[in-house]
Amino acid sequence: MQIKAKWRGSEVYITLEGEIDEHSAGEARRNADKIAEKSAGATRVIFDLQKVSFMDSTGIGFLIGRYKTFRRYGIPMYITSPNLSADKILAMSGVYTLIPRV
Amino acid sequence: MKNYMKLELLAVSENEGFARNAVAAFALSLNPTVSELSDIKTAVSEAVTNCIVHAYRHADGEQKIVIECIAEEGKDGGILHIAIADQGCGIDNLTQALTPFFTTLEGDERSGMGFTIMQTFMSDFSVKSEKGKGTTVRMSKRFALESARENIG
Repeated sequence: MQIKAKWRGSEVYITLEGEIDEHSAGEARRNADKIAEKSAGATRVIFDLQKVSFMDSTGIGFLIGRYKTFRRYGIPMYITSPNLSADKILAMSGVYTLIPRV
Repeated sequence: MKNYMKLELLAVSENEGFARNAVAAFALSLNPTVSELSDIKTAVSEAVTNCIVHAYRHADGEQKIVIECIAEEGKDGGILHIAIADQGCGIDNLTQALTPFFTTLEGDERSGMGFTIMQTFMSDFSVKSEKGKGTTVRMSKRFALESARENIG
């Protein structure tokens, strides 16, 4: 899975691309946490899931883990553009109550 | 028409993608919708991940996962049966394991939603586990006939 970050004004925009499962999560976690370290001062961080072609419950753990990381930095986190199947998992597990969809 | 497949693979995370895509490819003959196919892939991924992360967590050497599928087509539509078995440590407390958000690996960023997703995404679900012997998850997915689907649409 690929993960890229871009500043848009005072916001950090993180794009995930590919499949999130147990196999890909470890590296994605390390890369996302490197981005978090460089995000000091951001008003919010937005995870764009549009290019995530597959996600199982590992994705829930991954997103909640990043939510906790960014919370430590005082940066609120949001999710945007999940596909139908990712949205189904995120909605049923209540992820949006912690990480709102925008 | 009845079809059958048996897949035996090493319990390594590299095989998670292969396992779910192989079952999805097998299911194609039943004309699933994109959404049904996605449900199957997710449920299989959850079961296979459980084998790797939980069942064989403390195991040495090469461990295997066996996936068996039966596809059946009838007058009322198709059905796909999937059995995913390991010979790992077994589940201590099945009631707990089936509870949403329960996980034995709290520090590992596990969501505890694996079994809940399998139950929600599939038409039928059951799990049998024996301490020290292993666990088998059985799931089925029913598909409407294409003609019936057009009528609804």
